[in-house]
Order: sequence, then C-alpha cells, then structure tokens
Amino acid sequence: MLSTQADFRAALLDPQAPTPNGVCNPGGEAASKRFDVYRNNVAVSLTDALETAFPVVKKLVGDEFFHAMAGVYLRAHPPKSPLMMFYGDTMPAFLEGFPPAQSVPYLPDVARLELALRESYHAADAPTLAPDALGQLPPDSLPHVTFEFAPSVRLVQSTFPLHSIWAANTTGGEIANSPQPTLVTRPEFDPQVDPLTPEQGAVLTALKNATPLGTAIQAGGAGFDFGTLLGLLLSRNAISTLKT
Amino acid sequence: MFDATPRQLPNQPGVGYKAQHFNDIMANADPVGWLEIHAENYMGLGGRPLAQLRHLSEKFPFSVHGVGLSIGGEGPLDADHLARLKTLCDWLQPASFSEHLAWSSHDSAFLNDLLPLPYTAATVKRVADHIDQVQSTLGRQMLLENPSSYLAFAESDMSETDFLAEIVARTGCGLLLDVNNVFVSATNLGYSPQGYIDAYPLDHVGEIHLGGHDEDEDEHGAPLLIDSHGREVVDPVWTLLDYTLAKTGPKPLLIEWDTDVPEWPILAEEAKRADRALTTVAAC
Repeated sequence: MLSTQADFRAALLDPQAPTPNGVCNPGGEAASKRFDVYRNNVAVSLTDALETAFPVVKKLVGDEFFHAMAGVYLRAHPPKSPLMMFYGDTMPAFLEGFPPAQSVPYLPDVARLELALRESYHAADAPTLAPDALGQLPPDSLPHVTFEFAPSVRLVQSTFPLHSIWAANTTGGEIANSPQPTLVTRPEFDPQVDPLTPEQGAVLTALKNATPLGTAIQAGGAGFDFGTLLGLLLSRNAISTLKT
Repeated sequence: MFDATPRQLPNQPGVGYKAQHFNDIMANADPVGWLEIHAENYMGLGGRPLAQLRHLSEKFPFSVHGVGLSIGGEGPLDADHLARLKTLCDWLQPASFSEHLAWSSHDSAFLNDLLPLPYTAATVKRVADHIDQVQSTLGRQMLLENPSSYLAFAESDMSETDFLAEIVARTGCGLLLDVNNVFVSATNLGYSPQGYIDAYPLDHVGEIHLGGHDEDEDEHGAPLLIDSHGREVVDPVWTLLDYTLAKTGPKPLLIEWDTDVPEWPILAEEAKRADRALTTVAAC
C-alpha cells in the first residue's frame, strides 16, 4: 500500500507511529532514520518558533520544561497557517489547561503579553495624533469624544503584577505586589510595555470599546486622573484619531 | 495566462536577507547585487519588516522566495496564503518569485518543513495544476526549486530531472536550481551530482541557490547529509557550481544562510566567492 500525506502527517507528529509505507533507503529497504530527519525537522522548527515567540515563558519554566511542553503543544496544536510569526496563538489557553504548568499561575498571562508584543510588532502602521488634538476641540464636546487606537496597541488584563514579572525577566526590576493590566504600544518600530493601574486598565478598556470619554472615565472611579493616562498614551503614539 | 514580460534578477551574487544586516547592506553590500526574502516573514501588516523592505527595494532587485505554499500538497492550495503572496508581490514588484517542489500542509496543519513527493504522473498533474493556479493568480512566471531528499519513494517511476522537465513543459514555469540540494540528494540517494546536472533542464534556470549542509549517517553507516543553511558552502558544492555554470553561463547566485546567521563580513565573503565563480565563467 502506498503512503498518503495523511499517513505522513500522522507519523511526523507521532514519534511512536511507524514510518509510512513506501519510503525507502537508496538500497530499497524501508527508511527509518531517514524518515526521522523530517520528523526531527518538524519538531525542532516548531519548537524554535515557540522559543522565539515566548522567551519569558521559557525563562520562567526553564529550558527542559519548555521543550517538553512545546513537544506536547506542537503535536496537539500544529500551526494552521505558514505564518510562523503568529504561531502559538492558542498557547495561553493551552497553558491554562496544562496540569504541569499549574504551579506557575501567571504563566498564561505572560504568554498573552508575549503574543501581544508580536502582534504589535507586525501590526499596520497608523497616523499619530497631534499632542494638542484634544485641546483643539470645543470643551463641551470632550465628554462625547471617542478614541481610535493604533492597530499596534494591546491591553493585556491580569490579576497578577504582570508587567513587573515580565520586566524582571527581561530588563530587570522588582516584582510588584498589586495587579497590573499591561499596555503594549509601538511608538515607532519597537513595542513598548507599560504597567497600568486596574483603574487605568478599566478606563482604557472602555475607550478601546469606543465608549465616549465622559462615560469611559467613570470606569476609573471617583477622582480618576485621566491626564496621566492620556500623557502615557500620547507619548507612546497609541492614539491615531479622535472622533466627535 | 501569466504576464510574460521578462523580469530578471541580475547575474550577480545575492544573499538571503536578514534584518540584522540592514545597516551593513545599506552602507556597502559589495559584491551583493540583489536580495532574497522568505515571503512568509513579510506578511505582517506594517512595522519594521515592511519599512526595511521599502528602503531596501529602492536600492536592490528582490527575489520573493515562498516556503509555505505547499505546492505538492494533496489538497487544494491555501487561498488565503496565495492572496497574501499576491499582496506582497503586487507592492514589492520583485524581479522573481519562487517556491519549492515539496509539500508542507495537510488537512489544515502546516508542518513547517519541505516534505518529499513521489515522482509519478499523478504528482506531475497535481504540481502542474497548482503552479498554473499560482502563475495565473500572481500574474507572473514562478521558479520551482528542486528539494533536498533524505529518502526515496518506492512508487516513483521517473527521475527528478525528468519530473522537473515535464513540469516546465506543462506550465511554462522556470526553475530555481539549488546546487547544494543536488549535492545533498545525490549523496543521500547514491547518484552522481554531475549526472543530475547533465540531465537537468538547464535552459530554464532563472536562479541558483547555494547553502551549507550538515553531515550525519543513516542506520547502516551510509552518508546522510542534512540541508541546514547554517554554515559555509562546502568545497564540493562550489565545484558542482563551477560545473553547472560552465554549462549555463552566468546566473543569479544566492547564498542561503538561515540558521546561526553570521555577521555580515562572513556572509559577504561567501558572496565574494560566488562573484569569483561568476567572473571565471564569464571570462570563458
């Protein structure tokens, strides 16, 4: 019987599966190690893609754990597209359900942040709002303004001090002791990561959902300081247009 | 039918473009006269990759080299992926588009490797149909690259060179001759690399690839070379290049170095060696 690409695919992803029928060494006998070249290429190249995507996840769990975890992931969730730069989009959900990773409860949020960084890096370019654009509007229109954000902006919600966990494993720093929704922006070409307070996170979420400014600010609670959040968003080129 | 307007890479050395070499290349790329990109790395919507490409394309002719279309796949081509290739080729206007005689996707899973095909009439038909679809969608001729083979198929009833000649005859596509792949496959499957070149449809070569490979053995101790693109081109492959160029005359020559990518001066040295091979054959 001849092998099909379905047989090939199954054997490539299952180290225990027999070599497909009809593939042979130059002498004519069934190939084994030669088939394993392809098996190895698939596993190594997909593991490499995951290592590139999730360097902080890898640092948090260590090389050995990461490689074992990647081996399980790539067999359960092979890529659905040839765009390796986006491979791993289901990693956060996978980690939530992966028993060996339960001792690191913030791992799925770190994976979400790392995905957000890659999405931001490859997102479409967008115009940048002039710093005084809000000031140019008639004051009585301000409560009704809605914001359009650059396609590179991501907000990763977290009940953990996500930004400081990420920073401690990249640029350095202490782990904070309160939750940090984490903002990803791309002022030019390199994504930036900033911590938000839960109140800032709530207001930004409302603004990202095109809630008018006057209503969105209420999500921050009484006395919310919008100027600080606005200053950060402007300095990161995060807002592309205002709509009145 | 595809647009038959001649678009041609220069008969000079080129290199596979890596983002870390941007400043070196913009400052002084000598003797590199053109650049090749893996299409899939430039399918984001913006940011640095596309900005670099816009800058570089003002100075250099480009070759877009796909690694994910799965032209040999049993199933239909991925229409979304083909559309992305068209978008890239439409704005970049590369001098050349090429893909592999291989498959990499099956039943919605992309396996991220160039997987082998049996050489039969059924495979000819499938590959030719897919190439027709690519050429009509992109509106241009494509080049098809010969694979690195590690094993053979019992059902194959034609040689790789006859297979490629048949594909060219049916589709009007051109060929990307990877001389390292010829050396790797010939060593692994026990035939003469020069004999392969002698039998290859050389009139249709639009580009030549050179790259490094790793050495291993199979379970019987027979040599098993692995196409790795992670080191210098070895001397026997340069010799096979000279043998090929003596028959074809100068061609666009690409140095592929995709893993353990070196500093620019090391890559430029490989390009200089390719330049010397071109100079030698042009003088004959």
